[in-house]
Amino acid sequence: MNVVVAMKQIPDLQQIRIRNRQPVLEDVPWTLGAIDKNALEAAVQIKEAQGGKVVLLSAGNEELEDTAKEALAAGADEALLIIDDELDKLGSAEVARILAAAIQRIEKVDLIIFGEGSGDNYSGQVGSRVAEILGLPQLGYASAIEVQEDSLRVSRSLEDGEELVELGLPAVVTVISGINEPRIASVTQILKAGKKPKEILEIGDLGLDLVDICPIKTESNLAPESDRKRVAVKTVDELVAALKGENLIGR
Amino acid sequence: MAGILIYSDKDNLALELLTVARLIADARGLEVKVACINNASQSNLLSAAGVRVYKIENPAVIPADVATVAAALKEASGQLDCSIVLLSSNRRGRELAGRLAQMLGAGCLTDISAVKVEGEQIHCQRNALGGATVATQYIDGDKQVLVIVPRAFTPASAQDGGSIVELAVEVLPSRVKLLEFRAKDSSSVDIEEAPVLVVVGQGLNSQEDLASVESLAKKLGGEVACSKPLATDKKWLPEDRVVGLSGKKCQPDLAVLLGISGQVQFTVGIRDAQVMVAVNSDENAYIHQIADYSMVADLHQVVKELNDALA
Ligand SMILES: Cc1cc2nc3c(=O)[nH]c(=O)nc-3n(C[C@H](O)[C@H](O)[C@H](O)COP(=O)(O)OP(=O)(O)OC[C@H]3O[C@@H](n4cnc5c(N)ncnc54)[C@H](O)[C@@H]3O)c2cc1C
Ligand SMILES: Nc1ncnc2c1ncn2[C@@H]1O[C@H](COP(=O)(O)O)[C@@H](O)[C@H]1O
Repeated sequence: MNVVVAMKQIPDLQQIRIRNRQPVLEDVPWTLGAIDKNALEAAVQIKEAQGGKVVLLSAGNEELEDTAKEALAAGADEALLIIDDELDKLGSAEVARILAAAIQRIEKVDLIIFGEGSGDNYSGQVGSRVAEILGLPQLGYASAIEVQEDSLRVSRSLEDGEELVELGLPAVVTVISGINEPRIASVTQILKAGKKPKEILEIGDLGLDLVDICPIKTESNLAPESDRKRVAVKTVDELVAALKGENLIGR
Repeated sequence: MAGILIYSDKDNLALELLTVARLIADARGLEVKVACINNASQSNLLSAAGVRVYKIENPAVIPADVATVAAALKEASGQLDCSIVLLSSNRRGRELAGRLAQMLGAGCLTDISAVKVEGEQIHCQRNALGGATVATQYIDGDKQVLVIVPRAFTPASAQDGGSIVELAVEVLPSRVKLLEFRAKDSSSVDIEEAPVLVVVGQGLNSQEDLASVESLAKKLGGEVACSKPLATDKKWLPEDRVVGLSGKKCQPDLAVLLGISGQVQFTVGIRDAQVMVAVNSDENAYIHQIADYSMVADLHQVVKELNDALA
């Protein structure tokens, strides 16, 4: 079973500061999306049960070679990285074409796993777009994946219920964060990660023509204004009095 | 006449899309058209809201396989001359959006909470950077799939002038087989509607402590909600109680936040509350900075005292 897992490099959102409502991204370290780590864990668990290998697929700026080590330490066997500083400016449609073209270079792919949404953009498009480009069946929002002979049984978690679905391989699956608890890599795994095989490409190597895509334009990107009172209360009595003053208690 | 096509498998969400579609259609001189797939009652409901409904009846189109739904909508948008398609940003809708956009060669924006037509451009507001910022974006091109957050717009009300016509579409056989659907407990409460929310996070010691939190919520006339880890990791509360980027966006009159650190993916779901109270034992927790009233204290003690005070 060869599983490709798509993981996006994102700025560490915990460390983004806001100045004059503008996000400040300088000096913010890069990391891999949280839900993408669930996708990796799902892939590694399948490999451990079925044999085969896990290929990490990621497209990002020049920091990616370093960021990707985290995933190689946590169980990916090899990496296919598309590194290009243009990538931070591209939208989901472009990224999907790039990832799909890269997948087509990998020999015998049985399953491609995505996160349900990337940590920063959280758009939930890329997995579906890649499935369509590759002409594969897809299943989104998986909360459990069970591999059978040449098919999958997947539980899909929706707002109003759980769907149990069967689909043939090869296929595309996107996972939710509740599917598993990603493992923490050990020190030896981290040391070994640097030696795992890596192939690095530029966008130009994929022979794509991206001019027909309707690009996304960003007019503004600002933190919402907030005008909270920020009153420190010391006791519950003070709090109750404050809420009574706001007419929120004893209405 | 060229148009805007709307589709959602959920009746209430389809009515919300109709409101957005009319806003764009009026500015653009387009006609609003609705696709209803294998859903006669929805066809009736939407035609009663005053639009032309295109009723698609084809058993090969199954909701569990977005590829078939996307193929049907691609056909429909072509036949009906609609370059703009509106969908709902629930899970099915988002999954469908990417597939349909790719089939159409369209640009796509999901999670849209506000829309404004500016000349040739449709400016859409959506969360960015995990919710730390709100971006205004538009698709530079004719073909657009716009995916609208549930409840961001009021559902369209009944209106004259609707009609229903049948539309035939062909799709390839599905490669996905639905084995079982287990509906969630319908007794579950709707935290988006609650005037008061008592929201608990990972500061809560144990599932047993939820009882006193429940009782506090009752006394305040509200419901209990939670941060994501409490539902997805600890499974102490159902997922429909989660507030935030991947949960619900709530606007209660009062939100009491207990043992929550205040990461952006959480606060994006509660920042529209009228009054926010934060209780966190860590004085440096970010949540204190975005609250109206904040207490550096053990939440369990505060809950106990509040329960006594409100008895
Ligand atoms: C793509 C994506 C989407 C996400 N979507 C969501 C979402 O929709 N909703 C969501 O909530 N999260 C979401 N998250 C997760 C989010 O990033 C945080 O991990 C989560 O909100 C943290 O929950 P918390 O504040 O309860 O826990 P923690 O961050 O662990 O905070 C617990 C807090 O409790 C305090 N505390 C501990 N003991 C006590 C005590 N006895 N009394 C008082 N205070 C105490 C601590 O000081 C701490 O501040 C998402 C993440 C990603 C990547
Ligand atoms: N640049 C990228 N490189 C690798 N995988 C990506 C990239 N962008 C998105 N993905 C994958 O697509 C999923 C959905 O992303 P999005 O559509 O941006 O929400 C993510 O969870 C990743 O699995």
